[in-house]
Amino acid sequence: MSVCVSRPKLNWRERIYLPAIVGGMAITIKHLKNMLLGRTKVTIQYPEQTLDSEMPEHYRGAPALVRDTDGRVRCVACQLCEFICPPRAIKIVAGEIPPTDRFAKVEKYPAEFDIDMIRCIFCGMCEEVCPEQAIYLRKDYAITGFTREEMVHHKDKLLEIGGVMHGVILKWNEKK
Amino acid sequence: MNEQLINVPMFNVQIDGVWHRFPRGTRVIEACAQAGTFVPRYCYHKKLSSPGNCRMCLIEMGMARLGPDRKPELGVDGMPVINWMPRPQISCAQDVTDGMGVRTNSPLVEECRRGVMEFLLINHPLDCPICDQAGECELQEFSVEYGSASSRFLENKVKKPKNVELGPRVTLDDERCILCSRCIRFCQEIAKDDVLGFVDRGSHTVLTAHPGKRLENNYSLNTVDICPVGALTSSDFRFKMRVWFLKETKSFCTSCATGCNTLIGTREDVIYRQTPRENDAVNSSWMCDYGRLNFGYIESERRLLEPRILSGEKLVPVDWPTAMAQAAAQLKHCQGLEVAIIASGRMTNEELWLTAQLAKTLGVGWIDIVPRFGPGDDILLSEDRNPNSNGTRLLGITAEPGAQLPAIVEAVKSGAVRALLVLGEDPTKLGLSLEQLKELPSLIMMDILSSVATENATVVLPSFAFAEKRGSMINGEGRLQRLNRAVRAPGQARDDWEILRDLIQACAGTNGIGSVEDVFRQMSETVPHLAGLSLSKIGDLGVHVMEVNESPAPPYTPASHDIEEEMEHQPPGRTSK
Repeated sequence: MSVCVSRPKLNWRERIYLPAIVGGMAITIKHLKNMLLGRTKVTIQYPEQTLDSEMPEHYRGAPALVRDTDGRVRCVACQLCEFICPPRAIKIVAGEIPPTDRFAKVEKYPAEFDIDMIRCIFCGMCEEVCPEQAIYLRKDYAITGFTREEMVHHKDKLLEIGGVMHGVILKWNEKK
Repeated sequence: MNEQLINVPMFNVQIDGVWHRFPRGTRVIEACAQAGTFVPRYCYHKKLSSPGNCRMCLIEMGMARLGPDRKPELGVDGMPVINWMPRPQISCAQDVTDGMGVRTNSPLVEECRRGVMEFLLINHPLDCPICDQAGECELQEFSVEYGSASSRFLENKVKKPKNVELGPRVTLDDERCILCSRCIRFCQEIAKDDVLGFVDRGSHTVLTAHPGKRLENNYSLNTVDICPVGALTSSDFRFKMRVWFLKETKSFCTSCATGCNTLIGTREDVIYRQTPRENDAVNSSWMCDYGRLNFGYIESERRLLEPRILSGEKLVPVDWPTAMAQAAAQLKHCQGLEVAIIASGRMTNEELWLTAQLAKTLGVGWIDIVPRFGPGDDILLSEDRNPNSNGTRLLGITAEPGAQLPAIVEAVKSGAVRALLVLGEDPTKLGLSLEQLKELPSLIMMDILSSVATENATVVLPSFAFAEKRGSMINGEGRLQRLNRAVRAPGQARDDWEILRDLIQACAGTNGIGSVEDVFRQMSETVPHLAGLSLSKIGDLGVHVMEVNESPAPPYTPASHDIEEEMEHQPPGRTSK
């Protein structure tokens, strides 16, 4: 099925094009003037200059594990993020918390937690799916390395990026 | 059996408005399942008795209305008019009667299920993120349909024992328990080891073992399978892997001649667990802990990873063509009577048939398998610990396993045998000393794990374990069953049938076998019991192929044959931590 689109009918002003050309030139000359007077900057001199202080609240950077104010690693190795991760960047090996530990009631913790930052696509599904408020996308974006191994964030690195999260639900404390 | 079925009266039962016919004695819950309506349940298990204590399977039920003549009144459709009862009934403890009516999805029934779910979740800890049952938990599944998004319960939840070691292989979390009593009934009715029970009253009721006793019978892990929630979990599988990652391969257990049907749970070529698969002709819904946990050796450090041949004084890794050429040259170098083959009752029919072909090609007279016995029980575990003893009989390897073995050992000792081909067995356990093996001009060993014998062989051929190969075996009752590949083998290990085929080809030229299906086809053409069958025709539940005469099993003598797996399988219960 074809649709007939009628050509717009141009009046004489539009047909001679000159007003549009003059209007366009005016904008260009305005920018030229601002440039010459040093009023606009089109380029940030990265990495000497950054926009870190102006990051929007919803910015999605590197995923990281957080601790709560008790100092407990929030993650209990339920592996839902490993399951949901579209590029399969996450790998978790669960361990059992020994009964003498302060947090023995939680029973389970991640013995290993690796995120391959070459694979990570910063989609934030891990944060969304986490039932323990344990993984968050932080604002780190400059993730570099010389080897593939360096690009894998292990548990220590993830906790270092994540830091302490305030205001999360301490659901395990309500149990004995 | 069939005549009995025919003589059973059939009853008309109306389920959700449609009339069906069921034989007398059918449970209402099973009748609903046959009519295509799944009734949610926790305490009911079709292989156990029905206590009717979870109340999840409530339905609306009615009986045929009787007229003044005590005959059912018939409606306009000619079927009985149903007198609906004003209250819900449980469907698991009620048999069908003629003219019965059932409603499984009426508003009352749905409301009942929501109410039961709310009560069950009152004291449930909701710790799904750390619960091993998550993903196959019936509480989770029915919560999706009948659960509430929020709790109306403001009081504190009852605290109960958590992380209790109920036995060497089972961990109990009493807070998760919904008191369905399936595990208690299993121990009473199936395992005949009545150690579990409920103590205390009301919402403080807990499941516990009898004081001074532990749940340590050989069937304890079945309680984990039938537990509808995460109260009973396997200590071996604890926190190893979430169940939704597991790929489940239909297979069967090769730890004894029973051949219980199993599902092998794997992820990325690692086996995490085995669970029983229902097959009423073999194992019902159960399997023993010994067989279930006997898979650790597949990932052992001692796995043979590359073919090796003796060069000078030590074994050197070589590629497969070199190893096969060396093995064939050593075999061909000897006369037929100078070669002996010790095969294994753990080999598949295909491998045994190829072994018989190889023996025929070489003119070998000395051939037998190693019998393997252990204590059995009346439930599932067989005294014959070889999974395929009947296959060795059927395929002509041996008339009676072990009959020729002493003669072979003597011939090796006396030097009459100059080439010994050992397939998946350890000759040092047959009374042959290391020196005697070292004196053999050629000792060709095909095996999974390295041992003292493989270290002193002239050719070592690494092969596949049961979960890595396809093939068939015949269990103690003459049932042909099929192994499916669950994981890939490590290193350069090769499928046993390929190794044997290549040996035959190297000794006698081509034989036109390109796949394990070809082996089965050639085998079925020569073995009348297997005529007309193929690997795919065996199906998931197996086929009965041979009658087994009820000869009494040889008495178990622990000293006669060392059972290495019995040691290896010692489950890593938390006693070892």
